[in-house]
Amino acid sequence: MTRPEALRNTRTGTENLPPVKGCGNAPILKQRGQHEVFCGLTGIIWLHRKMQDAFFLVVGSRTCAHLLQSAAGVMIFAEPRFGTAILEEGDLAGLKDAQDELERVVADLLARRSDIRQLFLVGSCPSEVIKLDLARAAEKLSARYAPKVRVLNFSGSGIETTFTEGEDACLAAMVPVLPETDKRHLMLVGALPDVVEDQALDLLAKLGIDDVSVLPARHLESGVAVGPNTVFALTQPFLGGTHAALERRGARHIPAPFPFGEEGTTAWLSAVAREFGVDQALFDAVTDAPRARAKMAVAKAAESLSGKSVFFFPDSQLEIPMARFLTRECGMAAIEVSAPYIHKSIVGPDLDLLAEGPVLAEGQDVDLQLDRCRTAQPDLTVCGLGLANPLEAEGMATKWAIELVFTPVHFYEQAGDLAGLFSRPLRRRQMLRLEAAE
Amino acid sequence: MKLSVWTYEGPPHVGALRVATAMKGLHYVLHAPQGDTYADLLFTMIERRDHRPPVTYTTFQARDLGSDTANLFKTACQNAYDRFQPQALIVGASCTAELIQDDPGGMAETMGLPVPVIPLELPSYQRKENFGADETFFQITRHLARPVERNAQISANLIGPTALGFRHRDDVTEVTALLEEMGIAVNVCAPYGATPEEITRLGAAHFNVLMYPETGESACRWMERELGQPYTKTIPIGVGATRDFVTEVAEIAGVAPRLDTDRLRLPWYAASVDSTYLTGKRVFLFGDGTHVAAAARIARDEMGFEVVGLGCYNREMARPIRALAKEYNVEALITDDYLEVERAIEKLAPELILGTQMERHIGKRLGIPCAVISAPVHVQDFPARYAPQMGIEGANVIFDTWVHPLVMGLEEHLLHMFRDDFEFHDAAGPSHHGGHAPKPEETEAPEPKRQSAEVIWLADAEKELKKIPFFVRGKARRNTEIFAANQGVQEISIDTLYEAKAHYAR
Repeated sequence: MTRPEALRNTRTGTENLPPVKGCGNAPILKQRGQHEVFCGLTGIIWLHRKMQDAFFLVVGSRTCAHLLQSAAGVMIFAEPRFGTAILEEGDLAGLKDAQDELERVVADLLARRSDIRQLFLVGSCPSEVIKLDLARAAEKLSARYAPKVRVLNFSGSGIETTFTEGEDACLAAMVPVLPETDKRHLMLVGALPDVVEDQALDLLAKLGIDDVSVLPARHLESGVAVGPNTVFALTQPFLGGTHAALERRGARHIPAPFPFGEEGTTAWLSAVAREFGVDQALFDAVTDAPRARAKMAVAKAAESLSGKSVFFFPDSQLEIPMARFLTRECGMAAIEVSAPYIHKSIVGPDLDLLAEGPVLAEGQDVDLQLDRCRTAQPDLTVCGLGLANPLEAEGMATKWAIELVFTPVHFYEQAGDLAGLFSRPLRRRQMLRLEAAE
Repeated sequence: MKLSVWTYEGPPHVGALRVATAMKGLHYVLHAPQGDTYADLLFTMIERRDHRPPVTYTTFQARDLGSDTANLFKTACQNAYDRFQPQALIVGASCTAELIQDDPGGMAETMGLPVPVIPLELPSYQRKENFGADETFFQITRHLARPVERNAQISANLIGPTALGFRHRDDVTEVTALLEEMGIAVNVCAPYGATPEEITRLGAAHFNVLMYPETGESACRWMERELGQPYTKTIPIGVGATRDFVTEVAEIAGVAPRLDTDRLRLPWYAASVDSTYLTGKRVFLFGDGTHVAAAARIARDEMGFEVVGLGCYNREMARPIRALAKEYNVEALITDDYLEVERAIEKLAPELILGTQMERHIGKRLGIPCAVISAPVHVQDFPARYAPQMGIEGANVIFDTWVHPLVMGLEEHLLHMFRDDFEFHDAAGPSHHGGHAPKPEETEAPEPKRQSAEVIWLADAEKELKKIPFFVRGKARRNTEIFAANQGVQEISIDTLYEAKAHYAR
C-alpha cells in the first residue's frame, strides 16, 4: 500500500467525508498460533474500582492471582476489592467438595468486608476445565446472603475470553437480573472513568436527554432497569455479549461509531440525538464549542502523527475505532489493524469510515504477525506490554495498548489526550539526543 | 481453597520462565491457554529486557479441549524449533494444561527433534515460583552436564542467578571480581547468560559458588554428587559474610584468602558518630530465606539494630529461618499470607522494615519506613546504576539503602524538641523525602482507644503519648503496655508511661 493512497481521506480542514470505499466488507485475515494477549480476568483491575460495592472473587490458580497483581504493572495496595480463591491439590483430587470450600471462603470474605453488596464469582481456566459449577454456587450463595449481598458469576478464563471480553462477560451477567421497566430511557453501556461518564451525562442533559442510566453503575442500588422501551448506546466496542443480553431483554441498540475523537464523539452523539428527536440547532449549540476545542487539541498532537504509518497488534478490541480516529483525524496511514475479535454488528460504523487499504486481521499468530510488522517498518506500532520493549530495542516506536483502557480517552474533552497517547512516543524519540555531539 | 489477595511467588512455570529467559540458546514450549502470556511483561517491563522471553505458549482455547490439544502442542513445538533453532528445548505445562494431562514431555520426546528436549514436571497446585526455577535448572543441568576434564586454571561456576532476580545482574559482577582477586576464574555463570552448550561444560570447574539457594541448590547438590564439585554455603551479603565467603572459597580452592577492602565503607560509616542514632533501632525482616538470613546478621552485627521479628515466605527455607529466629530470640514468621505479615508488623511496631515490595506498601500504610532487601521485584529493583547486594560494594549499597528511609540523627532530635512546629513536624516525615515520605495513619484518628483486655489508657497518658514523634510512638505504646501488664497495672497514667520509659531506657 502506498501512503498517498491511504492518506486520501485524511484531514480536509472542514468536515471529513466518509471514504469512497470503507473496510466494512474488506476481507479479514485469520491466523491461528500463539496469542500475545491478556485473559478476561484483567478487566477486574478497572471494574473493581468502578463498582464501589462489588468484590470480584476469582476461583482459580496461583497463576490467576499472579496475573492480577502483575497485569496492572504496579500493585494497587489500597485493599483491593478482588482476590483469588486458589485451588489446591485437595480441591482437584476431589478430596474436598469444591462447593463447600467456596462457601467457606465466601463466608470468611463477607465477614471481613461488610461493605460488599455485590459479589462476582469469576471463573478461570482451571475452574472451567474441572467444570466447577459457579452458576450453581452463585445461586446458592445468593439465596443465603440475600438481600444484603447479590452473588453473580461470569467467566474471565483465558480459554474463553480475551482481555476486555472479561468486562463484557461481567456486564452480560448483570443484565438478566436488572429490574424490568417500561420507561422510555437511554442506557449507556461500558465502564468509563467517572470524570468521563460525568461529561457524557452532562452533554446528554444539555441535549435534553435526562433519563439516562449507566451500566455498570457505581453502586448496586442505582436503579438501573431495562425493558422494551430501553434504547442503549455502547461506549466500548468490546461489549458483544452484553449487546446480545440487552436485546434479549427487549432493549434496542443505537449503532454508531465509538465516541473517540471529535468525529467519533459527534457521530455517536448525533445517533443518540436522532433517536431522541433533538433538533439540529440545539445539537449545534451544545456541541460547537467542545467540538472546536477537541479539533484544536487533536490538531496539536496530529502535527507529529500526520503522514506517519501505524500497525495495530490485537489487544483490547479498541483497535478499529482507534484506527478510524488516527487515520481520519490525525492524518495517519494504517498498515495493519488487528483485533482479538471483530464484531461487525458493533464496529460496523467504524469500519465503514475506515478507508480500505489496511490489512484487517482477527485473532493472531504472533510470530507471523511480527514478521509482517518488521517487514512493514511502521512509524508507530500499537502493541501489548510483552512486545513493546523488544520492538523498541529493534528501533521501532511503540505505543503500549493497555493505556487505552486505563486512561480517560472518550468524548470531546479527552480527544487531545487520546491523540497525545500516540504522538508522545514519536515526540520522545525526536527529543532524545544520546549520541556524541559529533 | 485458599483466599489470596497478593502473592509473594508466582506459579512454578514462572520460575521455569525465569531460568529460560536468563539463558541464551534455550527455548521453552509451554502448554498454556492465552492469557498466560502475561508473564512476558514481567521480563519486558519490570526488568526492561530488550528481547521477548524465549517462550512459545501453545494458546489452547475452550473449543480445542474436546478435540486435539495434543496436536496443537506438537505443531507449536515444531514451529518453535524451526523458527528459533535453539540448542535445547524445555517443555512443560502451566496450571491449566496440567489438568488436561497431555504430557508435553512425552509428546516432545517422540517428535525426533535434533536437539535435547528436557521435560519439566512442575506441580502447579502444590509448589511455587522458586521451586519451579530450582527444579528447571536442576533438570537442565542433569540432562546436559557431563563429567569433563577440569580447567587448567582453578575455576568456579556461579550458580543460581536468574532473570527477574533481586540484583542478580550486579551480584554476578561483584562475585566474579571477588573470585578474580584470589586468582579464580569463572568457568560458567548459570542460568544467567549461559547457553545449553556451556551447561555441558559445567564439570570443567573445580567447585561451585551457590549464589542463591532458592534457585540453584538442587543443581549444586547434583553436581557435588555426580561431578565431584563441592559448593560454597556462605552467601556473601554483608561485611562479615563476605569475609567468611572468602575464607570458605580459599579453603575449597586451596588458595590464599584475599579480600581487597579499599572500597569498603560500611564499617566506618556504621562506626562514625553520626550513626549513633541507629543504635538499637527496632527492625523487622521479611523476604526470601536467603536474603533475610543475610540481612539479620548485617542488621545486628554491622548496623547495631535490634531485630524484633523475622520471617520468610518460601516454605523451603522454613527450617533454617526458624533456627535463625531462635538465635535472635524472636519467633519466626513463615507464611505467604501478606495480611498475616501486616498483622505481625502492626503488632511489633518496628522502627524500620527490611522486606519486599509488599512490606514497602505495608510500611506506607502504617507509616513505618521500609527498605527492600528481597524479591518479589518491582521495576524500582532494577536501577540503572550498579547496585549489588553481595561483596564489598553490596555492603556499601546496603548501608545507604537501609539508612535512606530513616529520619536522620540531628533531625530526629529536633523533632523531639519542637514537634509542634507547623512546617517541621514529625508527620511530614524525613525532610530529605519531600512529598514521598512515609506518612503516619491519618492523625491516628481511626485508631480506636486502646483498651486491650488488660490495660486502659487514661486520657492524659494518651495525650502525652501523642507528643512522642510518630516514628517511635508505636514502640512507646507497646513498651508501656507490656510494662503495665508485667506490673499488674490496669490503667496507664502519665506516670506509668514515664516509668516504662525509664524501665526500657538504654
